[in-house]
Amino acid sequence: MKNRFKPFAMALVAALLAIAPLFLNAYHVDVLNSIGLYALLALSLNLILGEAGLFNMGHAAFYAMGAYTAAILNTRYQIPILWTLPFSGLVAGLFALAVARPVVHLRGDYLLIVTIGVGEIVRIALVNDVFGITGGANGIFGISRPKIFGFIIRQPQHFYYLIWGFVAITALLFYLLKQSRFGRALNYLREDEVAAEGSGVNTDYYKLAVFGLGAAWAGMVGTLFAAKMTIISPESFSFWESVVLFMIVILGGAGNMVGVLLAAFLVIGLPELFREFSSARMLVFGLVMMVMMVVRPQGLLPARGRW
Amino acid sequence: MDLLTLHHLTKTFGGLTAVKDVSFTVEKGAVMGLIGPNGAGKTTVFNLITGHYRPDQGDIAFDGAALTGLRTHRIIALGIARTFQNIRLFQKLTALENVLAGCHYRMHSGILSAMLRLPSQRREEQEARERALQELAFVGLDQQALSMARNLAYGDQRRLEIARALATQPRLLILDEPAGGMNEQETEALIGLIGRIQQRGVTILLIEHDMRLVMRACEKLVVLEYGGKIAEGPPEQVRHDPKVIEAYLGAEDEP
Repeated sequence: MKNRFKPFAMALVAALLAIAPLFLNAYHVDVLNSIGLYALLALSLNLILGEAGLFNMGHAAFYAMGAYTAAILNTRYQIPILWTLPFSGLVAGLFALAVARPVVHLRGDYLLIVTIGVGEIVRIALVNDVFGITGGANGIFGISRPKIFGFIIRQPQHFYYLIWGFVAITALLFYLLKQSRFGRALNYLREDEVAAEGSGVNTDYYKLAVFGLGAAWAGMVGTLFAAKMTIISPESFSFWESVVLFMIVILGGAGNMVGVLLAAFLVIGLPELFREFSSARMLVFGLVMMVMMVVRPQGLLPARGRW
Repeated sequence: MDLLTLHHLTKTFGGLTAVKDVSFTVEKGAVMGLIGPNGAGKTTVFNLITGHYRPDQGDIAFDGAALTGLRTHRIIALGIARTFQNIRLFQKLTALENVLAGCHYRMHSGILSAMLRLPSQRREEQEARERALQELAFVGLDQQALSMARNLAYGDQRRLEIARALATQPRLLILDEPAGGMNEQETEALIGLIGRIQQRGVTILLIEHDMRLVMRACEKLVVLEYGGKIAEGPPEQVRHDPKVIEAYLGAEDEP
């Protein structure tokens, strides 16, 4: 795509997304909502995995922390669900800092295995009703609907604007972050950690910071998820979710936000569209993944320079 | 005045003693060479200075401050910058972004000021960019500022690494085989560049195998063999030192 057309193309897509609920049925809007949530999670994972190159395959754990924080605060303390957003972010972020601190110096595959372990520990802790507040395998239900200025968000179309509004804000903030000292430091980490440290970048700090930030964002998405579902349970935060998110980031082109958004549409949207082919669709899906990685290992849209 | 002092440094890896009781000083404003056969421990000495390894024994002082035990980025912040033997650039970033890495620790803006695009953040970015471009121009790469590092010619990559190191505004610049893989003209240009860096008041310590460069650029040499120091002094004196000749060419009575 020529650079000249890029702004127009993006504006067109944004406009299409803005009016999509007007001519789509509730089911399709719901699929788009689902895509939006995955897009948000993938964007937050992209900071860790795509920009900083830290292999995190336990992102669902942070998502779960946020969702459960929101659900518990809402059902037990009657805090309006959207007000729990900062708390969810904080809890997930602090949790990520605590678990990342001792392991973040691990490289590549080792970190990957540790994060898988973290994801599983969180899921199993939730299933076992840890501290007696997570509701065990049944989860937590009766989460109240979000309310904005007295308007109760209930229908998929309403959630659509809440979720995609959050996607837009996230994309903007992360874009600004990418163009900054912080964003560059993450890329230095990814490209060559030794050279980054040798150029005066405190690599340990940035590894932790990006884990905290990415996890905090996933935690806030957890709030949106809890608000949308009104019921949450551990099965929504399985290992498979982490794998799918990992796949979206790699498939889209680690470090490229447009690519990651595109991949969220493909990975989450396509299997929904081809539901009638039932199990065959997952077969095709797996094949497409394999072909992609062989033919285009750098992703749909590889990471590109800033200027 | 001594800028850098190495005091009885020893470093072992398992059973191998890579650096054995090495002491020397680098005078402020000098260009000093660290030479020796392959595997003599030269790069290990560099890695000890920049905190990549911790010495088993001995200590290192830079301008009166002890470096031993400090993390690398802290040492860089104190005014030491380095390049690497096997070029370590951020391959998929532009030359400008590579040099901006050197500006990093003197900048302050974090996550929030970036997301909010605060005026202070924008000003800081602008200043850093200008300084990075100046350093690129200094090494003669201003035309390639927006090229990806991996697309640069080999000699240009070496110079880009020097620009990145200079962007940290060091007082001591450590160059690990800066002429490695360079052709004659490039080496000639490098000697000129080293002279201009020295004129900026930066002290230089370098490892180099290209003896023409070493003899012309360095005021003083330290020679290592098997991890230990075998000679030290001005180039003319060192090249006639029998121990050095033996180390490089082998002893006469060897079979």
